[in-house]
Amino acid sequence: MNSPRTRRRMTNIVMFAITGACTLGAVSVLFFILGYLLWQGGHALNLDFFTKLPAPVGETGGGFANAILGSAKLLVLASLIGIPIGFLGGVYLAEFGGTTPAFVVRYTTDLLNGVPSIVMGIFAYRIVVVTMGHFSTLAGGIALGVMMIPIAVRSTEEFLRAVPNTLREGALALGATKWRAVATVVIPAALPGIITGILLALARVAGETAPLLFTAFGNLFWSPGWNQPTASLPDTIFKYAIAPYEDWHQQAWAAGLVLLTLVLVVNIAARFILRRQRRDLRG
Amino acid sequence: MKINVGRVNFYYGKQQALYDVSTRIRQQAVTALIGPSGCGKSTFLRSLNRMNDLIPGARLEGKVELDGEDIYSDEMDVIHLRRRVGMIFQRSNPFPMSVYDNVAYGVRVNKLARKRLEVDEIVEKTLRAAALWEEVKDRLHRSAMSLSGGQQQRLCIARALAVEPEVLLMDEPASALDPISTAKIEELIYNLKQSYTIVVVTHNMQQAARISDETGFFLNGRLVEFNETKRIFTAPAVRETEDYITGRFG
Amino acid sequence: MPLSSTVAANAGAPRRVRPLARRLQRGDQIAHLITLIFAATIFIVTALLFYELYTGALLTRQKFGWSFLSGTTWDPVALEFGALPFIYGTLVTSALALIIGVPLGVGAAIFLAELAPLGVSDGLAFIIELLAAVPSVIYGLLAIFTLVPFLRDYVAPLLQSTLGFLPLFQGQSYGVSLLAGGSILAIMVLPFIISISREVLLAVPREQREASLALGATQWETTWNVVVPYAKAGIIGSIFLALARALGETMAVTMVIGNDPRINLSVFAPGYSIAAAIANEFSEATGDMHISALIELGFVLFCITIAVNAVARLLILTTTRKSGAT
Repeated sequence: MNSPRTRRRMTNIVMFAITGACTLGAVSVLFFILGYLLWQGGHALNLDFFTKLPAPVGETGGGFANAILGSAKLLVLASLIGIPIGFLGGVYLAEFGGTTPAFVVRYTTDLLNGVPSIVMGIFAYRIVVVTMGHFSTLAGGIALGVMMIPIAVRSTEEFLRAVPNTLREGALALGATKWRAVATVVIPAALPGIITGILLALARVAGETAPLLFTAFGNLFWSPGWNQPTASLPDTIFKYAIAPYEDWHQQAWAAGLVLLTLVLVVNIAARFILRRQRRDLRG
Repeated sequence: MKINVGRVNFYYGKQQALYDVSTRIRQQAVTALIGPSGCGKSTFLRSLNRMNDLIPGARLEGKVELDGEDIYSDEMDVIHLRRRVGMIFQRSNPFPMSVYDNVAYGVRVNKLARKRLEVDEIVEKTLRAAALWEEVKDRLHRSAMSLSGGQQQRLCIARALAVEPEVLLMDEPASALDPISTAKIEELIYNLKQSYTIVVVTHNMQQAARISDETGFFLNGRLVEFNETKRIFTAPAVRETEDYITGRFG
Repeated sequence: MPLSSTVAANAGAPRRVRPLARRLQRGDQIAHLITLIFAATIFIVTALLFYELYTGALLTRQKFGWSFLSGTTWDPVALEFGALPFIYGTLVTSALALIIGVPLGVGAAIFLAELAPLGVSDGLAFIIELLAAVPSVIYGLLAIFTLVPFLRDYVAPLLQSTLGFLPLFQGQSYGVSLLAGGSILAIMVLPFIISISREVLLAVPREQREASLALGATQWETTWNVVVPYAKAGIIGSIFLALARALGETMAVTMVIGNDPRINLSVFAPGYSIAAAIANEFSEATGDMHISALIELGFVLFCITIAVNAVARLLILTTTRKSGAT
């Protein structure tokens, strides 16, 4: 009589122990990545990394200053495309939705969100690189900007919808027109959430490499203006990592550490702000 | 008579929420609407300033007149109507901005005053009228969210008063408040009726008896009885009203 | 009362303006129109994306037709383009990712939803969400220098000595391989499986658990026989979402798969995925036909991921609807 019951109890313990081990494994990946990058990249990181151009092949030293600037410029361009379209598109879905056009827009936003990043690169190549005849910062920025759109739309819509309807009604009951209520009450109430959502979108595209390979292309030197190929952090990491030189690997680790730190800091900060924002709007 | 309602039928899509409601609402008096939940009293209230327009599929038949003018006619400017007929909601809904900006919101939206000093004056005047001035005068520029629940609701009343409405609609304004705050709101309503026409929905019959001059009893989308408050609570004419006010009813 | 005088002054007749002019003047229609234009841009961009992929692949589509999908030779010099090796590599790495990732991911989700106290569960879920934010190139960087040697020196010999009789595990192991691609993908899709599965598990009504426990079932039996089946569609949805990710993932796979356009049965052999082929060859492509072939690869990838994503969304939608959670 006792043995099946003991066996069931054992199964209970063993199975949950296994699931616990799965969790431990998944969580430890993050610490492994962080630890390994700190260990490998920490000592390769110095002032030169942030201020100098890459050293010519065969020479040691040098830095990723052009890649850092390139990434910044790409993100500026991406914001110019992704933020207005994403934000106003999100406002449309949240405040004027419920119609057939809104359904179509929401559906295509989902679709765009699922497009593999490399395919986004092909798109930017076709509409910018082919048209201009050469690789450029502009092409890379457009690829990243289009990738930002669906993420920005979703967070904007989510946070506008989280604003209680009573606030909208409150403004309308005071004689405000609809757009006035949206612009002066609803959007300000949702703004912290929307801004953090957009920051998250930026952090996401900041780490993208695939769409840049044949749009921004990469560059060993500075890239003045917007019309020339440019280096970027993720692209440089990729090229240095697969190169057969030991000191290039060191620099790839250092760049990886910088990129990961940026992405994680934005993500952690954003999630704390979002959590508070969700609570505030509910309360 | 301030408001004249004639044979109003109201539908949410196919579902009918009000049946043939007719009544008159007296100027500078408090009219209470009572009835069990889902009886249509809130729907009725929201049809007086066309807040129901916001609900997709909502439709009204019949006539609602404000000062003899049909508010559902094509010429009616809904924005202007809502300025004249203010509304206080069941749950206080201060905007997430400062106390001052909350009160000034309607003034700015309706361009009632342009100069800073004029706005200051209106803010103070209305906060005094809402019996809130003494409590908030030192923190006008702090977030309205930092006020207590009762203060928030009085702030919402002040905000509504600032646009100089003629009618105030109140949808269970004290239902989410503690007894002390409720008493303050009731006192405020009593004082405000000297200047405004007030329609208040409540599920609290004692409240209706205390603050109102006239009372309407709603049941299943029909206005069953409408009379002076004294008459309703002492000698109701209809059996259902009596059942409801004596508590023999859900 | 101080307000009564102004009330009287303002109680005048309402302004009468023609409705259309008034609405335009007040800006509601304009605001609607402006936001609609920006929203429509999203549709136009997506349509343009589809159009560019479709027309960009015109040359190869005309020359090879459907045989593009079944051809096994990829030779840019001889202008011979068959996509099968890439399709094979993409499918095999994604399948490996699911074989490794699903048990781990669902296991972790069960632990987080059923056993861990809510505070701990939220904290760990937070860390796992951060994993989803790590850029793909960083996964690739780590995989080259840690995962690949580990697979070559430990996992491959172990598998060959135990299951070596299977064709799957035969042949020389160089480290860079289909297995390496599948493994890094497994790690990369874990956060998606865990976060979504955890959410659908948490959405299972408590009464379901209590009913089972009241019948004398152990907690594990309750979880496995009641809670998991209840959340099944949602969990499968999360797996499809992970699959869509894995199919389209580029950088990490490119860095470890070996980039060899041949079909090898052994998971230790190098392979090539669709995304990796585009990444490696596009900027150095010679001639229009080669570019067209790569764009057609992109088009194929686009269609596959869109379809998989759609299935995922449908499945997640049905479970969250059922349990009434959002």
